[in-house]
Amino acid sequence: MTRLMAFLAALTAALFLASLAIGPAAATLSQSLTALIWGDGTPLTLIMREIRLPRALLAVAIGASLGLAGAAMQGYLRNPLAEPGLIGVSSSAALGAVLSLQTGFAATFAMALPLSALSAALVGVLLVLTLAGSRGASMTLILAGIAISAMAGALTSLALNLSPNPYAAHEVVFWMMGSLADRSMLHVTLAVPIMALGWLMLASLGRGLDALTLGEDAAASMGINLKRLRLMLVLGTSCVVGAATAVAGAIGFVGLVVPHMLRPFVGGRPSRLLWASAVGGAAMVLAADIAVRLILPERDLKLGVVMALIGAPLFLHLIYKTRKELA
Amino acid sequence: MSPLLSLDNLTAKRGDCPVVDSVSLTIGQGECVGLIGPNGAGKTTLMRAALGLMPSTGRSSLTALTSAKRAHAAAWLPQAREIAWPVTVENVVALGRTPHLPRGAKLSAADQAAVSEALAQMDLDSFRSRLANQLSGGEQARVLIARALAQQTPLLMVDEPIAGLDPAHQISTMQAFQALTEQGKSTLVSLHDLGLAARHCTRILLMSKGCLVADGTPQEVLTPKLMHDVFGISVHFEHTSEGPVFQPLGLT
Repeated sequence: MTRLMAFLAALTAALFLASLAIGPAAATLSQSLTALIWGDGTPLTLIMREIRLPRALLAVAIGASLGLAGAAMQGYLRNPLAEPGLIGVSSSAALGAVLSLQTGFAATFAMALPLSALSAALVGVLLVLTLAGSRGASMTLILAGIAISAMAGALTSLALNLSPNPYAAHEVVFWMMGSLADRSMLHVTLAVPIMALGWLMLASLGRGLDALTLGEDAAASMGINLKRLRLMLVLGTSCVVGAATAVAGAIGFVGLVVPHMLRPFVGGRPSRLLWASAVGGAAMVLAADIAVRLILPERDLKLGVVMALIGAPLFLHLIYKTRKELA
Repeated sequence: MSPLLSLDNLTAKRGDCPVVDSVSLTIGQGECVGLIGPNGAGKTTLMRAALGLMPSTGRSSLTALTSAKRAHAAAWLPQAREIAWPVTVENVVALGRTPHLPRGAKLSAADQAAVSEALAQMDLDSFRSRLANQLSGGEQARVLIARALAQQTPLLMVDEPIAGLDPAHQISTMQAFQALTEQGKSTLVSLHDLGLAARHCTRILLMSKGCLVADGTPQEVLTPKLMHDVFGISVHFEHTSEGPVFQPLGLT
């Protein structure tokens, strides 16, 4: 366990440095870091502080968020196919962003788009909580989440369908692919506090999720308050996924694949998987965001696309392995 | 001597239909109580309602407690054998210590001892580091019983724990429940094996259609008349030098 965490932390640190060092402006790692830390007044300082640092920070924060939320969601639903998007928050956030792009509200001030996405995510989570009812059961939560996702997805399509001009539609489609390019420190200061609140809520779930390994009845009889657990899970996931979607668009597969990959290394225990998945998710998003810049630097490859291209085959491999174990 | 569980007119409904119909009973210290009745008689519902796991009317001494206190008063083993993740047997059993651990604390020596004792009682010493979800059904059942034992509560409520166990482990499981009575602890165990109930339970509750129709010693409850009325079976019940022997014979 400690060896796994040390490995994942070292990997994440190395990828973070790589993320800082890679970009169209040619500079060595030591030059870049010097410019970042001491600020020698050159354009490189500006590049490091305003472009690469926020990008790397967001990659870490979003990766950790998605990994943590994925592990919590899988633990709560006792299903390795669960992912943070299941409760409809990411679709709601995407709808909010799309509406702000379509109406031109996004262009009115710098944070208009992320704030629209966050507001829509909030509406989505309130609807899910109302629909899911108060008696802490997991089935109603899934059904409510699916309903909200479908509704938000339909409205997003409708907005595209009725799009007044092809450029707006083009902009929406590109935004929905998810990206960390050209994000500023403003994005970091908007998203990270909300995510941190979500991290605190999700990190408190470990004990309850461990007990849930034996089912809802057994967990409740061991003193776990399932209503509170579900509320914390939904609110925590909403904070991290809402904020992540608001600043980076839809980035899938992290919350699905990372917990699944790391589960064997933590002895299957959901509480330990929370931490491992958070660090693992950060490493994965950093790696994907580096790949985006290395593979086709001149074509603005989208992070969400690369993530899915990495995630889907990984997932297929996992299915293949699981199938062999079940046989 | 305060009772470990007292129910007063406990009623639980599914829709408008009462699945448990004003049941009143008291379980004191040092009892091994068998809960018997046909399928659908309301055995599981009675236990879940008593634990506050589903809505009910009437009074249960356990639902009056906070969930944290309740976890110290009674352990519950559901009928569904669920082990969601590839976790080792030892870690599953250690989950039974959850109510005793302060948030974030590691297992203390006392917790470890409770886990080891429960593993030994269920004959699981050699399974410690095996993955629990890869064991056979009967082995998983024993792991989950050990988990409930490790909670070390005054009252243990177990729903059909011995279904699917081999004869030796059926007997050793019932003996483990009997052994608890010597420490003043009590067990409420639902089961369909009336022969084992006759031999190992100090008291038997008979349920039929949501009502508690009989409550007494095995001799008082396992009578030919009650067995005919409730189960529709004829029985042979004899006290031998080897203890009570109960055998259902046929349908009536």
